Amino acid sequence: MEEIKQQVISLPRLGEPAPPFEAVTTHGILKLEDFKGSWLILFSHPADFTPVCTTEFIGFAEIYTELQKRGVDLLALSVDSVSSHIAWVRNIEEKTGVKIPFPIIADLSKEVSFDYGMIHPEQSKTETVRCVFIIDPNQIIRTILYYPLTTGRNMQEILRIVDALQTTDENRVATPANWQPGDMVVVPPPNTQEMAEERLKQGYECVDWYLCKKKL
Amino acid sequence: MACISPDGKPTESGAKMLRALKSGLGSAEEIAGEAALPLFRVRSGLRELTQAGLAGQKNDKYEITEKGKELAK
Repeated sequence: MEEIKQQVISLPRLGEPAPPFEAVTTHGILKLEDFKGSWLILFSHPADFTPVCTTEFIGFAEIYTELQKRGVDLLALSVDSVSSHIAWVRNIEEKTGVKIPFPIIADLSKEVSFDYGMIHPEQSKTETVRCVFIIDPNQIIRTILYYPLTTGRNMQEILRIVDALQTTDENRVATPANWQPGDMVVVPPPNTQEMAEERLKQGYECVDWYLCKKKL
Repeated sequence: MACISPDGKPTESGAKMLRALKSGLGSAEEIAGEAALPLFRVRSGLRELTQAGLAGQKNDKYEITEKGKELAK
């Protein structure tokens, strides 16, 4: 009986270093380390010249300036060739007037796709699903989003996550559900009874000792 | 190649980086500021210019070579 071997590839996890890569892109050969010191959003799309991906590329181009203001670089990926990527971004510009300012990895070997767990065989054996990896300036994975082939991503949510992560890093706080910049933030829960009692005297807006919010 | 065309001449971004190197700037950060290019592009481009013999690296600083000066004109 023929033995079928299945390679099990561990997916990257939050808090782990992002898997290093050296990849051919529309902006030349880029390594992960080239982005060190900046935030990086690495995202995959299933294929060039497809409708949902085209709307997403336009969406990413539209938030590009906002991302730049936040010190975030964008890097796209699919398993298409550089020639295909170049033809597609030129077509997007020609048909919609939107210039795609960020590089796109041509992952023909699927090396980067496998390292980042971007291929989900039950969705497609040959294409990457819609992944988003938000990587911090120390090249640690801080957020992972996976969307199916049929669902385009929400750019405002991606911006919101970047704002939340940067707010957390700068202020040592957490952000509550549906938080938007300017809203109150959550004060980390106390670790001791003494800290819990002190918490209630500090002028925070508290539901109880474990849920306190403050203005920044 | 992002900085050097198939005909061996620097691209627009390659030429900007060579001019910045020729002016004495040596770090990727300085060159990115002078050339108005993203830092990741400059880091990648400096690797390419070094491999092509147009720039050299000493510690963390880059400098232009004679061959690079010829192309920066």
